Order: sequence, then C-alpha cells, then structure tokens
Amino acid sequence: MQTDSITYLSLCGMLGYGFPEAGLTAGLKANPAFIGIDAGSTDPGPYYLGSGRNFVHPAQVRRDLELALTAARTHRIPLIIGTAGGAGARPHVDDFLTILREISQRHRLHYRLAVIYADFDAETVVAAWQAGRLTPCGSAPDITESDIRQCRHRVGQMGTEPLIQALNDGADVIIAGRCCDTAIFAALPIHRGYDPALALHSAKIAECGTLCAVPGGANDALLVTLERDAFTVCPVNPGKRCLPQTVAAHSLYEQPDPSRFVEPEGVVLLDDTRFEAVDERTVRVRGTRLSTPNHISIKIEGSKPVGHRSLTLAGACDPRVIASLDRIEAEVREKVAAMMQNSPGAGDVSLIVRRYGLDAVTGASPPAGQALPAEVGVLFEAIAPTRELADTAVSLARSTALHQGFPGRKTTAGNFAFPFSPSDFSGGEVYEFALYHLLTPAAGQTFFHPELSQV
Amino acid sequence: MTIYDLANVVRSKNAGPFLLTIDLLFASSDDLDRVLQSPAFTPAIIAQRYGVAPDQVSVHVWPSACAIKVTLPRSVSSGAPGDRDVYGSQQHLPLATLEITEDKQVGLHDSV
Repeated sequence: MQTDSITYLSLCGMLGYGFPEAGLTAGLKANPAFIGIDAGSTDPGPYYLGSGRNFVHPAQVRRDLELALTAARTHRIPLIIGTAGGAGARPHVDDFLTILREISQRHRLHYRLAVIYADFDAETVVAAWQAGRLTPCGSAPDITESDIRQCRHRVGQMGTEPLIQALNDGADVIIAGRCCDTAIFAALPIHRGYDPALALHSAKIAECGTLCAVPGGANDALLVTLERDAFTVCPVNPGKRCLPQTVAAHSLYEQPDPSRFVEPEGVVLLDDTRFEAVDERTVRVRGTRLSTPNHISIKIEGSKPVGHRSLTLAGACDPRVIASLDRIEAEVREKVAAMMQNSPGAGDVSLIVRRYGLDAVTGASPPAGQALPAEVGVLFEAIAPTRELADTAVSLARSTALHQGFPGRKTTAGNFAFPFSPSDFSGGEVYEFALYHLLTPAAGQTFFHPELSQV
Repeated sequence: MTIYDLANVVRSKNAGPFLLTIDLLFASSDDLDRVLQSPAFTPAIIAQRYGVAPDQVSVHVWPSACAIKVTLPRSVSSGAPGDRDVYGSQQHLPLATLEITEDKQVGLHDSV
C-alpha cells in the first residue's frame, strides 16, 4: 500500500489562533494527502478541562475551521483534528461539532464524519486505581478515590489506533477528543504503511506548526513529506526556513528528555537521529527508531474544582507605599481574617497578594539594596469555597489596603490607583490538575470507539 | 558572564502540568562546553536556586543541537492556587543568572 512518499500539511500550532490563509493555499499546491490540525493542549492550565469551556473563542475556531474544512473537501482529502474544543472532553467536542455542522450546512458540504470521544468515567479510573493499574506521570502527586471522582471530566489521550480505525471506516473528517498530538499526524501515514518511528517523529514536529523554523512562531503551515527511511520538513511560507539546528532543537520542546518521547505506540528514540539540510529551508531527518511497549498505557488527565476566585488590581507609585507593601499586606490579612471570622467557610478563604514590578513572577525577593521600582501593580486575589466569600474577601482586602496607615505615610487619602469601577472582578471557578496518570487497561478493555455518521 | 549572556536561547516551559523544563541552546559546542565544565553548573546548585532537592533536577545534554535541558518539578502544578506562571515561560532566571566561571582552580578545589 505504501507509495514512494506521502506529503501532509500541518496548518498551525493551534486551531483558532488564526493561521495565515496564504499558508493553506500554498500548502495545498503540494498535493498533501491530508490536513491535520492540533486543536487543544493542557498548556493553558486546568480551567478548560475542568469547566468544559473552550479556551479559543468560537469565532476564532469558526474562522480557522471553515478555511480548513472547505479546503479539505474541495481537494477531497481527509481533515484530521485532535483534542477538539481545546481540552477534548465531551462538552468541548460537542461545542466543536456544533460549529462544524453549522459550517457544513452553510457550505452544503457532505462527507463521512468520525467522532471519537476520549472521556473516561470515574468508575473505570477508580477501578484501575484500586487494581494498581493507575500510576502517576512525571511528578504528579498521589491521588485518592475522592480526587478521581471530583474531577468534572476525565479524558485519556488516544493514540493512532482509533484514528486508523476511523480511516478504515472511510472517514473523510475525523474529530477526535483528547488526542496525543502526534496521533493526529501519524495515523494516516502509519495506516498507509510508513515507518511508525518516522511518522511519529515527524508528527511531533508537525504538531507545533512552524515552531521548528526561523523566524520563530508556531502559527503557520508546515509541509511534511514521509519517505521510506526519512522525512523532510519545510515551511510553506517562503519567508521562513527550517534549519537542521532549529528542527533538532524542536525535539527538546516541552519534553523532559530530548533523546526520547513516549507515545502509546512506544518509546520514540532519537539517539541516532540525524538532521541534514536538503536546501536552505528544508531539512531531512533520518535514524529515528521506535521501541514498542510491553503493554498499552493511556495517559489520563483530569482537573478538580478547588474554589472560586475573585480579584482586584491596583497600582502604586508613591515610594513610601511601595516600600511599605509588606507591612500593608500584613495588616490587610489581619483585618480580613478578623472581619470574616464569623462567616461560615471563612477558614477556607485564602488571600494571595501579587506585586507586579517586584516579585509576582519570580516569587523571589529583589537583591538587598536594589532600588525599588517607580510603580508596582498589586493584584489581590481570594480563593474561597463560594463566590460570595471570595467576593467579600477581595472587597475587604481592597478597601483596607486603600486606606491602610503605616509609619511615614504621606498619602493619607489613598494608597492605590484603581483603573476600573467596579474595581473587583469575579474570576469563576478555580481548578487544579489532579489526574495526570498512566492507566493500563484491564484484559479485554477497549476505549476510543469512532462514531461514524454521514453529514 | 552568565548563562543568559552566553546562550542563544534560554526558554522555560511546562513539560506537562507538574514539571518545568528549561532549554539552553548555544551557538557552538565551545559555548556548550564552557557551561558544562563550569563548577557553578551542578544539579545541587540548580536545585538550590529553584528550591527543590538535587535528585529532583535532571540535566540532559544534546551535543548535536548544542543544547542542555534541565527539568525539575514545579512548586505548584500549572494553574493551581498560588501558581505564578501557568505556562511556565518566565521561570528561567534562577538558572540563567548562574555565573559561568572559567576558573579551573575553583573547580578542582570544589570537588568533594
């Protein structure tokens, strides 16, 4: 089934970030066998997986998806999208499908659609945990049954197998929930008989769009061509170039170990990988190998709600206020605790004060003797069991801080400059990653079943 | 001269929600070697700068890319209460501000 080579187009690093249309148009001239797009990530934190909301706005998704879908259908090539809706759980996928169907209706598109959900119910994960079939990934903390059940959504990262099954079932468009980034781009080549190690390595590079090229930036199209014993990468945009060192450097990106990365298909080994320039903007990669695992394991993700957040932001430019911020904060904490002590749940309110311009990003004290900045932005944040409590805590912190006295104070009319009225904002529910574990299925257990339909 | 001065690229990012990974890319293997041979560049010193235990710091060298990768646990997971940097992209300074000394005498005396 394998032809001499296969070319595919990775449109961008993230669906919805607005890839240049010229990239799509030019990329299609290379006659790609399919278009793949990564539509999600855990990078933006636990909120999206926990709440079911998308982190890319529907209008942005619509713009990118409309261009990609109409192009794929015009050229009669598969469109494969993974981690739909940003986090890839059922609500994300369903919201994405709503946009997909609306575009399809408007353009009168007809095709075979495969939807592959990635959700895991609590019982399945708890059973695995009780049977010792759930182990933490990386530095993930120990987990309890309660943690597992508290996660609003639990998803597993699917590999190439369910996508290959969908292709076997004749799918023209595949919308997958949580998906290994590599599976999006490796499934069809593996399905067509290309070397899985090369397919997976090329996919790892492709999923970030043109991050492997210079000038930098992921949000642009990359053309990948798989050959029998190598693959090439080349940016579609003539103003960008892939260089051996930039493609090699990409292998370090987001991975703890540059010489290998783990996928459901096995461990991809880069010890013998070589990167060479084909021309001034194309790189050929060869030598990547795959070590197949003894057993299948699925990376499970889940985040649990831990409270509600409210916040207020204000600036200071008076040197004595800035020099006294620690003291002001200490007084604010004391007063907020005292005033709220009779409120139910007040013991579970945590107040966090971040001083932008001082140490909000680093958390480190500036070196002793260093001059203080001319301005500091102070972000008061409360996380509490209810929105009401969080709002109250922030309101108390804000009014106290504004009027708080301290030795040497001259600005007795107010310590802070608030940019807005109202000054306080409710930040919604706060989530925390709880599940980031490898699940080994029990004998006979299968997951990720493509659902086929005709659009 | 610090690592920040010497390296072309100094980037920190999450590797999953619980780990921070910092890539140092150099223009030449000479620059790479200067850092690797510096007595200031040790897991123990890096650990102390990030407030973790030395055995939690992993250092990988990739000569073909003139690169060093340092990975260590985040103090809180991405986006958890108290997190200062959801993407982990501004956490490079404790490593990057390490002074790279060429004093080989210092290196010898420091050996334990």
